[in-house]
Amino acid sequence: MTGRVLEGIRAVEFGQFYVGPYTSEALAYFGAEVIKVESIRRPDPTRWFGSTGGPDPKIIILTDPNKSVGFNELNLNKLSVNLDLTKPKAVELAKKIAEVSDVIVENNRPGVLDRLGLSYEAIREVKPDIIYLSASCRGSTGPERNYAGFAPIFGSLGGLSEITGYADGPPAPPIGGRTDIVCGTANAFSIITALIHREMTGKGQYIDNSDSEVISCLVWDTIMDYNLNGRIQTRRGNKDDIFAPHDCYRCKGEDDWISIAISNDEEWRAFAGAIGNPDWAKEERFQDAYLRKKNEEELDRLISQWTISHTKYEVMDILQKAGVAAVHSFSSKDFFSDPHLKERGAFTEVEHPVIGRLTVMNPPWKLSATPAEIVRHAPLFGEHNNYVFGELLGMSQEEIKALMDEQVIY
Amino acid sequence: MADKALEGVKVLEYASFVTGPYCSKLLADLGAEVIKIERPGGGDEARCRGPFLNDIPHPERSGLFLYLNTNKLGITLDPETQTGKKIFLELLKWADILIEDKPPREMEGIGLTYDKLKEINPQLIMTSITPFGQFGPYQDYKAYNLNIPHGAGGGYLTPGGSPNAEREPLKGGGFFDDHIAGLSAATVTVIAFYHRIKTGSGQHVDVSKQEALMALNRTEITNYPNMDTIATRVVGSSALGRRPPPCQNGYVQIAALLDWHWVSFKEFMGNPRWAQDTKFDTLDGRSEYGNEMNDNIEEWTRGHTKEEIFHGLQGRGVPTAMICNAAEVMSSPQYEERGFFVEVEHPEMGKVVCPRGLGILSRTPWALEHPAPLLGQHNREVYTRLLGYTREDMVRMREAGVI
Repeated sequence: MTGRVLEGIRAVEFGQFYVGPYTSEALAYFGAEVIKVESIRRPDPTRWFGSTGGPDPKIIILTDPNKSVGFNELNLNKLSVNLDLTKPKAVELAKKIAEVSDVIVENNRPGVLDRLGLSYEAIREVKPDIIYLSASCRGSTGPERNYAGFAPIFGSLGGLSEITGYADGPPAPPIGGRTDIVCGTANAFSIITALIHREMTGKGQYIDNSDSEVISCLVWDTIMDYNLNGRIQTRRGNKDDIFAPHDCYRCKGEDDWISIAISNDEEWRAFAGAIGNPDWAKEERFQDAYLRKKNEEELDRLISQWTISHTKYEVMDILQKAGVAAVHSFSSKDFFSDPHLKERGAFTEVEHPVIGRLTVMNPPWKLSATPAEIVRHAPLFGEHNNYVFGELLGMSQEEIKALMDEQVIY
Repeated sequence: MADKALEGVKVLEYASFVTGPYCSKLLADLGAEVIKIERPGGGDEARCRGPFLNDIPHPERSGLFLYLNTNKLGITLDPETQTGKKIFLELLKWADILIEDKPPREMEGIGLTYDKLKEINPQLIMTSITPFGQFGPYQDYKAYNLNIPHGAGGGYLTPGGSPNAEREPLKGGGFFDDHIAGLSAATVTVIAFYHRIKTGSGQHVDVSKQEALMALNRTEITNYPNMDTIATRVVGSSALGRRPPPCQNGYVQIAALLDWHWVSFKEFMGNPRWAQDTKFDTLDGRSEYGNEMNDNIEEWTRGHTKEEIFHGLQGRGVPTAMICNAAEVMSSPQYEERGFFVEVEHPEMGKVVCPRGLGILSRTPWALEHPAPLLGQHNREVYTRLLGYTREDMVRMREAGVI
C-alpha cells in the first residue's frame, strides 16, 4: 500500500461550524496535515454544542471545549493550535504557519480575516503559491457579501427549500448540517483542482466559494424549467413527474417506511409478481407508466395495504430480489445493524482522550491505491501548540511559554 | 486566456442520467477533455427527461441534459457489440480517467472490469458510481433518485421540524441528491488524478451513492451509537429551524443561533414583551422553549414581507433567508453581480442560462465554452481523427448498430 495522497500537504484552517471544518476534514482524510487555529476567545462554536441525548434530544451548551461529540465528527485527523488573532503577535505567528503551508481554508464572514491582516494578499506575500479558499453564505463580493447563513439559510437562498417538502405543506429548509457538508465537499473539490494546477504550473490562487451558489448548481434543472418555460417548480413530496409508484410507503413497525420507485413496465410486472400478483395489479388502469401516474393516488393506497403488513426489511428484500428499486428509509439506528454497511466498513471507532470510545463515520469513498481514512480523534483544544510552535516553527519552550503568558498563544 | 486546472486531462464517460454525467461535467468545465459515450438510438436517459424547451419533448431539447453535459464531446457507441467493445478499449487507451455508472455485474458481463482494463491502460483511473458500491450484499440492488436519500438517512430527517410524525419521510427536491453524489465522485476522482501526477499510478475508485449521501448526515447518524439519540423529522437536532415562518408573501427562515443574533433579532422586532422573558436569552432556553418562541415569531413574520425580513435582519447580522423560488434565484442581484449566470448558445435551444460553477477560482476559472453535444455530434472527430477510422468504416459501423 502506498502512502496517503495528500501526505506532505499542510492546510491551515480558520474554520467554524460545519462548512470550513468539513472542507479541511476531507483533505485530512487523504493525509493532509490540517492545523486548526482557534482561540479561547473564539473557539470553533461547535466545541460548545452538545446534546442531551436520549429519545428527545435538546441542544445543551457545554463548558468543556473537549467534550463535543459533533465537533469530533467534523474535525477528525486534525491538529489544533491556539492563537488570539486580535493580537498582532498572534497574526505574525499565523503567517509563519501559513509560510510553511500549502492551503488556507476559512469560512468567516467576508472581511474578517482581511481586517486581522490575514487576507489572501497578505498570505501570498509570505507564501506566493498559497491556495487560499474562502467560503461564505453569499461569496466574498457583491451587495450581499456580508449576509451570513447556516445550512437552512443558504439552502433557502439557493432554491432548495422551495422545492423540498410535502405538496400541501410549507417549504422544508435542510435542517442540520447536510447542505454544509455538501458545500464542504465542493470546497474540497475546488482545492484539489487548484493543487493539480499548482503541481503543473507552480502557481497558487484564491478561491471564493458561495454556499448558496453551490446549492443552486445542484438544483439547476428546476431553475432551468423557469428559464425555458417560465414554470416555477414547487414542492411535491417524493413524487416524480412521470413515474409511479414513486413514494415512501408505511411498513409494519413504528415510523418504518419503504421507498419504492418503478420506472418501466418490466419493473411493474416484477413488482406485481413479487407481491403475489393480486387482482388489482392486473387492472388495466395500472398497465403502463402513463396510466400508473394518472391513477397514482389509488395505486399508492393499494401498495400501502401490502407494505403495512410487512417489515421494511422484508419489503426491501422481496422487491430487490425481483429487481425493483426499493430501499427502506434508514433511521440513524438502522445503519448499525445493516449487513451491507458492515461489510463495507462504513464506520470505525476512535479513542477520544476526554470522551472515550466514539463511533465515527468513515470517508465515503473506497480507493484501491490510496486510502481515505480516519487515523485520530478530533484535536483537544490547543493540543498541538508544542508541535506546531516548537517543532514546526522552531520556537523554544521559553518563547512558547512567554507567548502563552502574554495570551498570544491563547 | 485563463488557465484551466484540468487542461489536458482525458476523460471517458460511460454514464447516463444525472450522477455520472454531473461528475464528468465538473471536470469538463475546468478544462478536461471529456468524451461521452451514448448508446446508438436513444442516448442518455436525461434526453428523455424535462424540462424541455417550450414543454415539447425532444431528445435535443432537454434542459436537464444540456446542463449536465456542457463542454463534452459526444459519440454514439454500443460497447456490448464486439466491434463496439474493441473501440471502447481503444478509447480507454487514450483516456486518463473512466467515469462509469453501470451495475458491477453488467461491466463484468461485457468484460470491462477494472482488472481487465488496467491491463490495457495501467495508469487508468476508473471511477465506478453505483447505488451501493462495488461489493457487499446490496451491490446489485437497484436504487433511483428517490431511493438514495432514503437509504442514506436524509429522508428520515426530512422535512426537519415536521409537526406530524404520521407523515412519510421525504427526499430532497429535484435531482438534488443525485447531483451531490456526482459532486462527491468528482472530488474523489480529482484526488486520484493528483495521486497519479505524483506517482504515475492509476486506481479503481468505488463510489457508493448511499455512502456519498450518508456522509452528509454523519453527525445525526453517529449520535446514535455515541449518544443513544435517534434524530427524526419531528425530533430534530435543532429547535431553531422548526419550520419556516410564513410572512406576507411567502416564507422566511431565521437562524438566531448565537446569543447576539437573538439580541439583534429582538431589537428588529421592536423588543416585544414576550421576547423579554429571560428564558430565551440562551441557546439552551431557545431550544427548550422553541415551540413557544416560534409561535410568537410567526405572529410577527406574518405582518411583514420576506424581502423586509431578509434584508432587515441580515443588515443586523442575523442569519436569515427568504425562501427563494426559481424566479427569485434568477433575479438575485447578488448572483448577477458575481457573474453567476452564464449564457450558452445551443444549436437546437438557442441561448440558455446556466450557472457559472461551484465558486470563483481566480487563476483557473470555470468556463462554459460549448453546449452539450447533440447525439453523436462528435463521431467523425473522434472516430476518424482520434482513432483513425475511415469514413467508409463509419458507415459500416453505423449500419451494424455499433455507433
